[in-house]
Amino acid sequence: MSTQEQEERTIRCLIAKVGLDGHDRGAHVISRAFRDAGFEVIYSGLHRAPDEIVQAAVQEDVDVLGISILSGAHNTLVPKIIAGLEEYDAFEDTLILVGGIVPDDDREELLEMGVSAVFGPGTPMEDTIEFVRENVHERK
Amino acid sequence: MSPAESDGEVGAEADGEPSDGSNGASVESELVADVLDGKHRALARVISKIEDRSPGYRDIVSELHRHTGHAEVLGVTGSPGAGKSTLVDKLARTYRDQGETVGVIAVDPSSPYTGGAVLGDRIRMASNVGDMDVFFRSMSARGTLGGLSTATADAVKALDAFGKDRIIIETVGAGQNEVDIVRTADTVCVLVQPGSGDDVQMLKAGILEIGDVFVVNKADMDGAQRTVAELEEMIHMRQNPGKNLDTGHHGPVDEDEMADVAIDDAEEEAWDPEVVETVATSGDGIEELVETLAAHRTWLEDTGALAEKARTRYAAEIRQLLRADAARILEEELADRGGVDGLADRVVDRETDPYTVAAEVIEPIEECVRERRE
Repeated sequence: MSTQEQEERTIRCLIAKVGLDGHDRGAHVISRAFRDAGFEVIYSGLHRAPDEIVQAAVQEDVDVLGISILSGAHNTLVPKIIAGLEEYDAFEDTLILVGGIVPDDDREELLEMGVSAVFGPGTPMEDTIEFVRENVHERK
Repeated sequence: MSPAESDGEVGAEADGEPSDGSNGASVESELVADVLDGKHRALARVISKIEDRSPGYRDIVSELHRHTGHAEVLGVTGSPGAGKSTLVDKLARTYRDQGETVGVIAVDPSSPYTGGAVLGDRIRMASNVGDMDVFFRSMSARGTLGGLSTATADAVKALDAFGKDRIIIETVGAGQNEVDIVRTADTVCVLVQPGSGDDVQMLKAGILEIGDVFVVNKADMDGAQRTVAELEEMIHMRQNPGKNLDTGHHGPVDEDEMADVAIDDAEEEAWDPEVVETVATSGDGIEELVETLAAHRTWLEDTGALAEKARTRYAAEIRQLLRADAARILEEELADRGGVDGLADRVVDRETDPYTVAAEVIEPIEECVRERRE
């Protein structure tokens, strides 16, 4: 890495597994892809409570929070995370992505709630990375 | 318990002499005030600015500096898989149970190709999830040489000013860079895994020289006793100058290390590194480790070694900052002369040589400095 590159802000991401579902292959794949894209990725590990995700997102000062949910519990878990981020003034400059199995109706609801994008199965990795690069929030 | 113990609300805006007249100063002062006020978000943001070397980060660190000096800083290092994160988790829990607040900085490697990194230590902080008074921050090496230790030292200052009682720096102890980081700590704890190599590994430079406390983690594994015995033996030899092995103690020396040696020799009652056995996953031995760490702390304070360490550390920090600034001036000078590539081409063509080029570039700068001094 050259000196110029170091002066650029590195995009930091938290890849979070919330709730009971025990499959994190997708989370691993996206972590790896983000790493290869030059991002710094913090992986939460399985079975996290919304509070724990909020704590990690705030302390790590991440630009991107990617929530991976396959269990269908997104309607209860995601709002809790968003409320937690708001409590710490972290909601506005965190780009929130949801990945996993999300029915179309719920998708709209998540977007209204403040999620920036929902990526279903089969989304090309480049699309996700591109989306992050283009939409990551400016920081003071 | 409470953050921002000393000055609390006395914001930097009020008493902090604004270090420059630039319009960015207010954002920085606000951040500093929020950090002193115990706002987690501000602390997280300040550490990001430090890592990114964002404009204004130096002002922030300077303002924070006079609020520091209260935290006890512990460095934990060792090879990958030795169980550092799990041990740090348990240590943090123990300190929390004593009513203290804890900051943890965990350093992980970054890709030399893309700069990307997966920072995985947070997963093992299971005992402290949901406890905001354990502030855990992952840091990537970001492929820099020397820069990482500066960033880590500055992040420690931010946690200290925030009011953390204990700060733990966790890093993989594989190379020189990591050794630099642990120098930021008052006490250095080196983790050794049972059966992690033959006794030649222990003879190698580095690992034995930096440790104040050695932890044989996973002490329930086969070969743990042998590892303990080997460590004890090596430490004993190192402590005994009669065996003539003392020269290995501080291998290649720079000025900073010379200072260290001087203290070691002058000290009547030198610190005798301890070996502690733990099983981090179950918590066995953690209490004994905490006691040993406390004993080292007491030794540091009683002998004056703590003050000496701080002075050595700040001297090194000043030198490092000056070197970085001087390097920047030189880069500007090179750019002004059309970049280093053109000069290199002339050297390739045998028109000139590296020594002459260097002398030409540095001469005007040297002249300026000399004139100013006189």
